[in-house]
Amino acid sequence: MFLNFDFIYDMGVKLLLEKAHVEGIKNYDVYRREGGYRSAEKALKTMSPDTIVEEVKKSGLRGRGGAGFPAGMKWSFIAKPEGVPRHLVCNADESEPGTFKDRYLMEYLPHLLIEGLIVSSFALGSNDTYIYIRGEYAWIVDILEQAITEAKNNGWLGKNILGTGFDCNIHVQRGAGAYICGEETALLESLEGKRGNPRIKPPFPAVKGLWQRPTVVNNVETLCAVVPVINMGGEEYAKIGVGRSTGTKLISACGNINKPGVYEIDMTISVEEFIYSDEYCGGIANGKRLKACIPGGSSVPILPANLLLKTAKGETRYMNYESLADGGFATGSMLGSGGFIVLDEDQCIVRHTLSLTRFYRHESCGQCSPCREGTHWMDRIMRNIEYGKGKMSDIDLLWEVQGNIEGNTICPLGDAAAWPVAAAIRHFRDEFEWHITNPDEAQKRNFGLAHYADPFLNITA
Amino acid sequence: MGDLVKVIIDNIEIMVPPGTTILHAARMIGGEVAPPTMCYYSKLEDSGGKCRTCLVEVSKGSEKDPRPMPKLVASCRTGVMDGMEVKNITSERVLKAREGVTEFLLINHPIDCPVCDQAGECYLQDLSYAHGKDKSRFDFQKRVFKKIDLGDKIQLHMTRCIMCYRCVFVADQLTEKREHGVLDRGDASQIATYIEKSLQNDFIGNVIDVCPVGALTDKTYRFKNRVWFTKPVDAHRDCTNPKCCGEVRLWMRGDEVYRVTGRIDEWGEVKDASNGKPGWICNECRFEKKRVSDWVIEGPTNVNRHSVISQGHYVGLQKPQEPLPKVLHGRDPKILLDIHDVSGVNKPNIHLSELKRPAHSTDFEK
Repeated sequence: MFLNFDFIYDMGVKLLLEKAHVEGIKNYDVYRREGGYRSAEKALKTMSPDTIVEEVKKSGLRGRGGAGFPAGMKWSFIAKPEGVPRHLVCNADESEPGTFKDRYLMEYLPHLLIEGLIVSSFALGSNDTYIYIRGEYAWIVDILEQAITEAKNNGWLGKNILGTGFDCNIHVQRGAGAYICGEETALLESLEGKRGNPRIKPPFPAVKGLWQRPTVVNNVETLCAVVPVINMGGEEYAKIGVGRSTGTKLISACGNINKPGVYEIDMTISVEEFIYSDEYCGGIANGKRLKACIPGGSSVPILPANLLLKTAKGETRYMNYESLADGGFATGSMLGSGGFIVLDEDQCIVRHTLSLTRFYRHESCGQCSPCREGTHWMDRIMRNIEYGKGKMSDIDLLWEVQGNIEGNTICPLGDAAAWPVAAAIRHFRDEFEWHITNPDEAQKRNFGLAHYADPFLNITA
Repeated sequence: MGDLVKVIIDNIEIMVPPGTTILHAARMIGGEVAPPTMCYYSKLEDSGGKCRTCLVEVSKGSEKDPRPMPKLVASCRTGVMDGMEVKNITSERVLKAREGVTEFLLINHPIDCPVCDQAGECYLQDLSYAHGKDKSRFDFQKRVFKKIDLGDKIQLHMTRCIMCYRCVFVADQLTEKREHGVLDRGDASQIATYIEKSLQNDFIGNVIDVCPVGALTDKTYRFKNRVWFTKPVDAHRDCTNPKCCGEVRLWMRGDEVYRVTGRIDEWGEVKDASNGKPGWICNECRFEKKRVSDWVIEGPTNVNRHSVISQGHYVGLQKPQEPLPKVLHGRDPKILLDIHDVSGVNKPNIHLSELKRPAHSTDFEK
């Protein structure tokens, strides 16, 4: 993966990546000189844990890992039984195909995450805070540990931080390469040293998490965003963005675009602007036309060009939680983790869906039957269709199999495996049919753009 | 115990103690209202939630918060709330999901019932009769695994396994040390020992009783009889093992004890013994005590009349009148034959039930 990370432009509001390109920002001295650890100072010296939680609630900050659950609310759910330690766990097991924003944050701004962790640990009363990092991010472990050591040497971690009586240590734990360990309860199991099987909820981690103690698991970007929330105050933060999509969001843009990379957006720009403006993706590469896009990481529904740029009602689609979800799964998608995958007219949707089913089959933990057997079955059928051995009835079968997985599994991986297949059939059924009716030709050429970029006609009226 | 809470399952109202799961409330009502379970086992802590056959629809959350739950929930792991309304067999959604799960469980199952020792007492068979389709839509080669030998007592057929994890919990909760577990991931996940090792710890034999399918079977009973030809009787002995309840079920044919298992209740779980101990039995009782003289027979087991095992009609038996004395004018027949003398297949000196190994074709040659 050689992604160009240099396309950070001064467009819109930058809260997280503002200092990403300051020389030496990885080091404590530069980070501190540039105004780092202000939020930790403010929080520990002038605020109580409860007021911090209040500020985060007021900010409207939503979990950046994919589900978009309000972070402040999640924090307020944590149980506080007497004499039982509580934990904050940072979910850095970023494995969603198409998503690489956390890697960027940790690699370039490790102290931003440490700072966010200190503030959040203080708010939640976590004396031992863990960063569970994706095993493949081996080199980032060193960067984080370096940052932790520097923070400790400067009195931001360890015993009695800033004389407040608050103790906190941060431990980095590497995963062993399983996508499922990004699911919060599987992550906790793995962190405890067990097989990374998701737990059955309830009880939720806020009540019984790591070692059966109350635990909050947050994504890297969410914890980083706590820093600007505290610095500027929750209300100010909530003014950025639109509606319930407050603040800024990192988008990892990849696929057939001119400028792949990580971009910080304030959720007020349109999808069209994001793809075509030179400040962001810079248009489709090699002068091709846009065919489809997965706007929020591999699990969310894929949209054809006509439904991506405009909603089914003909309104402009914006890069935020609500607008991307407009139309539900029938005509909309999700912002998810912000893994923005763009496909041009030369891409084959069937091939692409096959690679996703293969991924989910490989990553299913195998604990519950619909996911274990269903992902495996879908992969086999998809493989037949892609390689010219499909039957017309396979499309309906695929539709039924995904329907039998969705909603019936222990954790969201089942849904994540079912949605891409469902959306591909929903929007690109004629491409599937073409693969089946033209098995030989489908091995040699792609279906092409067809009518997927034509203006969307709403015929339900 | 606190006040009872009211739950309505399939329009039937029942009062249960708070903290009861939906499944247990449904079992209290009994019959078809109780969802099928493949992985949940009330005697094993943490079991359940995995197979998804017991999914039910909660159409009303509780009296306080009447909103329905958006997804189907695993009834074995969801507690009841006061005023909760649950739909099991009255919900189309549930029946469709259950049919889907049954299909998933069967696509990679070999369906080798004709040669499977579990046939006749297999919960997957029951499930597929109740909720399966009559035709498979899976036209691929089924999953296969490398064979793993678990020793001379327990036979593992990984292809039949449905990954309920019950045997893992048994090893964790009943034996000294767990020596097997789940390896690998997704459709490749399997029960194995990693380094080939036989399972020898005492009480490990209970994995055979908890296995809902024929993945773990008794090697000392292997290929010796069909379960519906044997007759279950309840028996006990004074087992010296303090953890063993000593109350078992003998599976007999004539005077031969073919197999010893724990006593299984109507939900497929071992019953607590009369002395209050959990119904688990030790390896010695299970594998070593294969003579009638080892046991005190209590009487025939009451088998559900819908079970294939009851086809032997040995309970409430109406003996037909013996015709011979009648035609012989009150005289008994003079010749009584021993099966070993007259059988064209059984060797006279071999008692199948006492073999320490699976029966083999050489055991039958004349």
